Amino acid sequence: MIWNEVKETMSRDEMCELQGRRLHKLVSYVYHNTPFYRRKLQEMDLTPDDIRTIDDIVKLPFTTKQDLRDNYPFGLQAAPQSEIIRIHASSGTTGHPTIVGYTRKDISVWSECMARCLTSYGITRGDIFSVAYGYGLFTGGLGVHYGVENLGAAVLPASTGNTEKHVLLLRDLGATGIACTPSYALHLAETMDRLGISKDSLKLRVGAFGAEPWTENMRAEIEGRLGIKAFNLYGLSEIMGPCVSYECSAQNGSHINEDHYFPEIIDPSTLKPLPVGRQGELVFTTLTKEGLPLIRYRTRDLTSLDDTPCSCGRTSIKMTKVVGRSDDMLIIRGINVFPSQVESVLLDMPECAPYYKLMVDRVDNLDTLTVQVEVRQEYFDQGFDTLTPITELEKRIASRLKNVLSIGSKVQVKAPGSIERSEGKSKFVIDNRILK
Amino acid sequence: MTIHQLSVFIENKSGTLVKVLKLLKDEGIQLIASTIADTAEYGICRIICSEPARAFEVLKSAGVAVTLTEVFAIELDNMPGRAADAIEIFANEGISIAYLYSFLLAGKGILIFRTDNPVRAVEVINGSGLHAVPEKDLSKLL
Repeated sequence: MIWNEVKETMSRDEMCELQGRRLHKLVSYVYHNTPFYRRKLQEMDLTPDDIRTIDDIVKLPFTTKQDLRDNYPFGLQAAPQSEIIRIHASSGTTGHPTIVGYTRKDISVWSECMARCLTSYGITRGDIFSVAYGYGLFTGGLGVHYGVENLGAAVLPASTGNTEKHVLLLRDLGATGIACTPSYALHLAETMDRLGISKDSLKLRVGAFGAEPWTENMRAEIEGRLGIKAFNLYGLSEIMGPCVSYECSAQNGSHINEDHYFPEIIDPSTLKPLPVGRQGELVFTTLTKEGLPLIRYRTRDLTSLDDTPCSCGRTSIKMTKVVGRSDDMLIIRGINVFPSQVESVLLDMPECAPYYKLMVDRVDNLDTLTVQVEVRQEYFDQGFDTLTPITELEKRIASRLKNVLSIGSKVQVKAPGSIERSEGKSKFVIDNRILK
Repeated sequence: MTIHQLSVFIENKSGTLVKVLKLLKDEGIQLIASTIADTAEYGICRIICSEPARAFEVLKSAGVAVTLTEVFAIELDNMPGRAADAIEIFANEGISIAYLYSFLLAGKGILIFRTDNPVRAVEVINGSGLHAVPEKDLSKLL
């Protein structure tokens, strides 16, 4: 099923033409409403008239998360505050979260794109769809919620937590669809096992999963344990939220709502655009956004584009699975974690030396973070007659990390000099999660 | 009344224990007793040896994380139940034991322990007829 055949099955020529027109309009809009972009374009000797077709996009400057941080909170917002009807905030590296304001039209576009995703998964009017992403500053909950309402299915705003009650509601109401993180889906399955509720007593048919990396093995496990078909749902709050791309029945890549979010793949080191099919960093331009329009926003997600015709009938370009990040951000249980956050906690503790190692693993389908840190020579030299001070220090570090990262971690204190030294920071992060 | 014990922090890595013991061997220092308390990642190796003060300096200057701790050494007859009797005395006086180990030396049982209330422990030992071994006597027993 296709929600918007006009847009989702447009010929490639028509799509390019539409994108070109929208890009021109977007550039005029930000030029006149965002001093940040006007200055950037002026520095490059560009005016909106220089951007006529979608191919002209390569002339435009990039936008990064740092730009959003530097202009916190509303510096890049283009619409006047009187037009903003919702504000979301996503976690940042240090201190400042990323603030995204939405106009009424933005919410409408978001709901439209989300309805396309849900229709692609096979959700229609009459379905009961549970949204088990967190509701709040995170875009997951409300983003999917509005899409379900726009589509005309009944939304069950379950949010996260209170899993036992959620399971009972899924069964008693005969809910047919669910959206959540893949790890929460497995948590649901475990809760069902514990409550002795079999998947056959549920009517769940479809699951939409995103906000954290997941594997084909996880997909198979979720499908088997919940008795559903599991689809990928991709998005990021800077661009909109969940709805940017979605899997179809072919399940070999996620269709991008490219009439609203124009994708490019660049080489993250040279910033040069790469041809379709090559793997690189995904960049989005929000062609129709009013609140926080972004030009060539670097997502840091590594993936590739696929423009081969799809058996589902959609003509929109697809992105393959995200294989990693071009920066050092880790996504652990759906939470953004930057090694620098860990570092700032460790350096605040007089016992710790600035040598540490982060290890991310996936144990029973749940991400785990282990932090190894060396103690300072002075601390170590006092000697230890029992292990109590060490285990207490580990507990203290873990509790501070929990406050900053919002996720638990296992802390291991190491002797001075025992963590291997290296030049590049990336070596301090070992991500053992294998994504297929 | 107490004797000196070396406590050495050791990471669970092959070769670390050997390094410590070799340093003592090269200095002609003899082990009287040793024990390791371990977790998955580290251990504390506790050592009673012939010249604890010198052993401490040797290890310290070699960069080993070592500390010198005062512990009690109680001499017991080598008969069943003597350790239980001794510990019962401390238990009855509300003195908790942080850690404890024992060994046989020249036909005598030696009970090593540390408590967080050493002042009270001394009183109890004096009042109970238990025999605390002086440090110099331990080496003599070798």
